[in-house]
Parts: sequence; structure tokens; C-alpha cells
Amino acid sequence: MSLLELNNLSVKFGPFQAVDNISYQVEEGEVLGIVGESGSGKSVSSLSIMGLIDYPGKVSAERLSFNGQDLQAMPEKQRRKLTGSDIAMIFQDPMTSLNPCFTVGYQIIEALKTHQGGSKKELKIRAIELLTQVGIPAPESRLDNYPHQLSGGMSQRVMIAIAIACNPRLLIADEPTTALDVTIQAQIIDLLIELQRKQKMGLVLITHDLALVAEVADRVIVMYAGQIVESGPAAEVFSTPKHPYTQALLASLPESAAGKSRLDALPGVVPGQYDRPLGCLLSPRCPYATEQCRQVEPDNQGDLHRQVKCHTPLDTEGRPAA
Amino acid sequence: MSSNHLILDAQELKQHYHVKQGVFKPDAVVKAVDGISFQLEKGKTLAIVGESGCGKSTLGRMLTMIETPTSGRLEHMGQDLLSLSKSAQATLRQKIQIIFQNPYGSLNPRKKIGSILEEPLVINSQLSKAERKAKALSIMAKVGLKTEHYDRYPHMFSGGQRQRIAIARGLMLDPSIIVADEPVSALDVSVQAQVLNLMMDLQTELGLSYVFISHDLSVVEHIADNVMVMYLGKVVEQGSREDLFNNPKHPYTLALLSSTPQLSPDKRRQRIKLQGELPSPLNPPSGCAFHGRCQYANERCHQEVPVLREDQTGHLIACHAVEEQRIELSQAV
Ligand SMILES: Nc1ncnc2c1ncn2[C@@H]1O[C@H](COP(=O)(O)OP(=O)(O)OP(=O)(O)O)[C@@H](O)[C@H]1O
Ligand SMILES: Nc1ncnc2c1ncn2[C@@H]1O[C@H](COP(=O)(O)OP(=O)(O)O)[C@@H](O)[C@H]1O
Ligand code: SF4
Ligand code: SF4
Ligand SMILES: [Mg+2]
Ligand SMILES: [Mg+2]
Repeated sequence: MSLLELNNLSVKFGPFQAVDNISYQVEEGEVLGIVGESGSGKSVSSLSIMGLIDYPGKVSAERLSFNGQDLQAMPEKQRRKLTGSDIAMIFQDPMTSLNPCFTVGYQIIEALKTHQGGSKKELKIRAIELLTQVGIPAPESRLDNYPHQLSGGMSQRVMIAIAIACNPRLLIADEPTTALDVTIQAQIIDLLIELQRKQKMGLVLITHDLALVAEVADRVIVMYAGQIVESGPAAEVFSTPKHPYTQALLASLPESAAGKSRLDALPGVVPGQYDRPLGCLLSPRCPYATEQCRQVEPDNQGDLHRQVKCHTPLDTEGRPAA
Repeated sequence: MSSNHLILDAQELKQHYHVKQGVFKPDAVVKAVDGISFQLEKGKTLAIVGESGCGKSTLGRMLTMIETPTSGRLEHMGQDLLSLSKSAQATLRQKIQIIFQNPYGSLNPRKKIGSILEEPLVINSQLSKAERKAKALSIMAKVGLKTEHYDRYPHMFSGGQRQRIAIARGLMLDPSIIVADEPVSALDVSVQAQVLNLMMDLQTELGLSYVFISHDLSVVEHIADNVMVMYLGKVVEQGSREDLFNNPKHPYTLALLSSTPQLSPDKRRQRIKLQGELPSPLNPPSGCAFHGRCQYANERCHQEVPVLREDQTGHLIACHAVEEQRIELSQAV
């Protein structure tokens, strides 16, 4: 049984399909990377797992389960208890997700209180423990700080402390380091991976940084315009991509080009609400598109180990299947 | 370096800001840029890298004369920019244009693209209305915008298109130097690639020189001829792209490189773990500003500010450990 299982999850805002029938699993102790350009539905799909999509957003799924429990069928109260203790999330923008009106100590202790008991003193000791664990120096003195007194890296560490307060079994981290400098990013990622290994947590790491996923993820999901276009073991997907979009993303990275030569840039942009094309969503930008691609949406090919949503998946040489 | 190719020569540029600390405390001084020198050749790209707050944007504002340096010299093709009369400065200022990071904030939402582009011409040229339009349309074509975009407003464009508009505006006065402050940081990779290609094409076609400010080392490795690494207002290492990426020496450069994720497993470096965070520029450390985070720091580093020293190949490094050859011994990269 997988830790997290989604089957044909969709999220709609009115007529706009922000997430379009995605399915994936996360296993215990696994790091799953989700990559894709801005607006591809990475955040919305994660928020829907957490039950955080507000009206008028509409979530539907054939299956959405955590550790075998059906999240859609359970009473609202039980689901809220589960998300926050067993499933935790770190949000894209730490500045807006810490409450500016309360001290760091208060916010950590509140998170602890909702899911476990203990005296005031015990909770405080545990809060200090957590801050130590996420590498904050002189943690006692930080308990009385307000969020604006912290640097970006420090706020992100506090967010992580709150997220792991209840020893979650699954942690969803949405761009946990995008706003940070590279040396601080490296510290935070190392910290997350260390915690993940120690506690055999499942970790979903959402980012637009392909190289970061290549370094730390076991498996990767590539999203485009609300759909999963490719998934599989990270090393395989990055060395021999099967979907033209994955291939194009990798080719457009500066490190893929030799010296000062031109980059292989995919023309155009990700479709939005009003210009979603017929057939394959990549067809207006895809160098291999055929008439069939412009008319018929491709099915998923392959097995759970490695999937690709394309009529003519690429071979190991990077050419479309005949 | 033959001097007729030299287009910009900066010597010991400083920008010190006085910051109010309250009624009873004396003003503090933030040394945002503290003595930076470099030379830019025609048609080349100098990249400036470093973490947020190290002074990259402040340097960019001085180069484009948006701000006057506290001290230092700045020469454009042999002419001292800072001692010129105001009117002579205004003319030369047209030759050095800046493009900002945020293509959303820097375009006036109430103006059509055409008038955004023609605005610099209205102020700085005698061209007629028709001539201005012709110029705008020709520059739009150069950056890959279509004629029909002329009458549209900024909100109707994607992030990448807005960055093209910002580049087009920078080109309207036929500059010789473009200072680009994080020009692709807000863009997705596929669009980033389009904009980087455009910048390289324009450089070849128009002979532009770039000062390219970025915190993204993989972008810098792709586009730069020369690289300057800054830490807290000072240059810590400076050299050719090859020097910096194939033979990095300064502990901070090594840390930056090893912290940058790599797609290809064989390019990954042993991670150098840094302690702590960037120190506050209001209260900078004594000696080498990097000593609190540096694994090679010793007593001398706490006391004495390291100066930039040049090695045989023209590669500049400011580090006591490098000078004392303490790093070669322990650093088996
Ligand atoms: N509350 C909402 N109402 C309407 N549309 C929304 C809402 N929230 C998100 N969307 C749309 O859903 C799509 C997916 O958004 P999402 O935030 O998941 O993207 P993302 O992949 O996380 O992008 P980024 O990399 O920029 O964070 C986007 O087109 C977005 O504009
Ligand atoms: N007008 C100003 N007044 C006071 N301090 C400033 C001003 N502009 C920048 N600074 C400070 O100077 C330092 C360098 O800033 P900046 O050049 O914007 O850095 P970067 O672009 O490298 O992120 C920072 O500490 C910043 O807070
Ligand atoms: S289905 Fe066609 S258009 Fe879509 S990715 Fe495959 S080849 Fe390209
Ligand atoms: S001078 Fe000292 S503290 Fe500074 S980088 Fe070199 S070894 Fe480290
Ligand atoms: Mg997002
Ligand atoms: Mg800046």
C-alpha cells in the first residue's frame, strides 16, 4: 500500500481546468520531485491533497487516499486532523505563511498543541528541540521573535520546524527554497533530506529547478498545463526523456549548451485558460507534432514505473517512435 | 587588453549609504559597494554574481548613472563620466542603458507598448513622430515582437514578452552598453532560453557590451566572458569564465559553485557546507567579511582585510588562505 495515492485528480476553477486528471503514488521513505513551468498546476494539485482549495475551486478524484484511508470519504474534522499531523506542507512563500502577528514560539507551540498534549513547559522544550533540529542557533532566544525579525532562510527553517512538529509521514514542500540564495538553499535542502531519511518520511518536492530534482529525488513527475506528461525514476527521466516536453525543458537549460552557443529554446509559452489547444496540449510548440497530435489527446503509455503521455514517445536516441 | 577595445573602465567605485538609526544614535553607514574596479571590453559580457544584498544592483545603478558614486572613477571610452557637465553626462548616459529584473514592475501599465518605447526618443532626440514610430517598429522586430503589439498594453503580454519589451526599450537610444540586472531570474526555463538567445544575437548583431548581473551560476557560465564574484560590497574573485569555472580559488566561490545543483552527475562537486547566513551590512565582520562562514578562516582572517591579488594568468583573488597556499593542500576537488 502506498503512502499517498491519487487517481485522476482534477481541480477546476469555473471552466478552467488547473489540474487535469493526474494520478501518482508516493511511497514511504521516497523523495518524489514534481517539476514544471509556472502555472502547470504543481501548487494547486498539492493544495487539493491538503484540502485547501477554496470555493469556487472544485476538486474531484477517482481515488485520493493516504495510507489506505480515503481522504474524500472521511469527515471534514478527521481530515483536518490528518493533514497537519500525518501530512504536512511547506508553502511556496514563507513570508506569507508565517503569521506576522505571533511569535515564532507561539506558532510552533500552537502546531504542537493541535496534535499532541503536554504541559506548557514540555511544549516549550519540544519547540526548542525542533528549532535546534532545523539548525537555528540560540533557539531559546528565537522563540520570542516575530517573523519579520528573521531572515528568509531562518523563516524557512521555522516553517520546516512547524511542518515536522508532529512527525509527519508525508511532507509536501512547495518551492521551499526558491526565494533563497544558493548557499542557503543548499543548507535547507540538505536539512530536509536528512530529516526525510531519519524519519523514513515520504517527501514531495515541488520545484521548477530540474537540477535540484536530479540531485535529490528518487522519482520525478513532469507537469505541463495541468497534466502529468512524464513520470519515472529521476535518473532515467533526465538521461533519456521520453516526452518531447521533458526533452525540450532539459535542452533549454544553459548547462545543456556547449560554451556560448545558442540554447535550444522551445518556442511559445504554456497555454492559459483561453488558449488550451485541442488534442495534445503541447502540439502548438512540439517539434514532432503531427495532424493526429492536433486532434486527439494522447493516452498514457507505459507502466507505473515509467509513464509518458505522447502519441510517439521518444526512443533512447531522443527520436519520436515511428 | 588593448585600450581601444576598452569601453568601460571603473576604478575603486564606492557607494556608501547613510542610514538613520533613530534620534539619539549616530547614522550608520552601509558600504553597499566598497571599492570595485573592472574593465569591460567592446562586445563582451562581464557577469557580476553574488548573493542578495551583496551590492550587485547598487553597482548597476552607478554604472548607469542613476546614482552618483560616493567616490571612484568611471570612464566610458576614455571619457571621465563623473567629472563631465550635466548636459554632457546626459548625452553619454544614453549609451549605457539598464534592464531590470522585474518585467512587470518596470513597464507603465497605462501606456501602450509604442509609447513606452518612444518615450526615450521624445526626451532625448529630435526625431519626428513618424520617425520615432519607424524606429520603435524596427527595434520591436529585432527583439521578436510583432507589429500588432505596438498598440497593446503591458498586461496583455507574457513574462517573456515583457522582458523583450524591456530589452527593446533599452535599445531605443542605440546604446553601446547594457546593464542587465537579473534579466531572466523571473522567467521559466523555456522562456529564459528564448531571452538569453535574444541577448546573444543582439550582442553579435549590434556589438553590444553587457554587464550581466545574476545570482544563477549556470546562466553566467553560459553567457559571460569575464566574471566578478562579490561578497558584502567587495570583489572576492575576478577572472575569465574559464578561470572562475574551471579553476575557482576563493572559498566563497567554491561554496557557491558547490551549492549550485547540477543536472549531470559528473559535474557535481563535493558540497562545501557553509555555516550561518550572510552577515548584516550594517554591522560587517572585521577582517575578511567571509570569516564567519569560512572553513579556512584563521586569526589573520579575523583581523586583516584581504586584498585582491593577481596571479600569473590575471586571475584576481582576495583571500589569505589562497595567498598562504593553505587551500591547495586541503582542497582535493
Ligand atoms: N484560486 C484560483 N482561481 C483561479 N485560477 C487559479 C487559482 N489558483 C490557481 N489558479 C490557476 O491554476 C493554474 C495552476 O496554478 P498553480 O499555482 O498550481 O501553478 P504552479 O505550477 O504551482 O506554478 P508556479 O511554478 O508559478 O508556482 C494557473 O493557471 C493558475 O493561474
Ligand atoms: N538607498 C539605499 N539606502 C540604504 N541602503 C541601501 C540602499 N540601496 C541598497 N542598500 C543596501 O545596500 C546593500 C546592497 O544592496 P543591493 O545592491 O540591492 O544588493 P543586490 O542587488 O546584490 O541584492 C544591501 O544591504 C541594501 O540593503
Ligand atoms: S503527442 Fe504529439 S504533440 Fe504531443 S508531445 Fe507527443 S509528439 Fe508532441
Ligand atoms: S581570507 Fe580567510 S576567511 Fe576570508 S575567505 Fe580567505 S580563508 Fe576564508
Ligand atoms: Mg506554485
Ligand atoms: Mg538586486
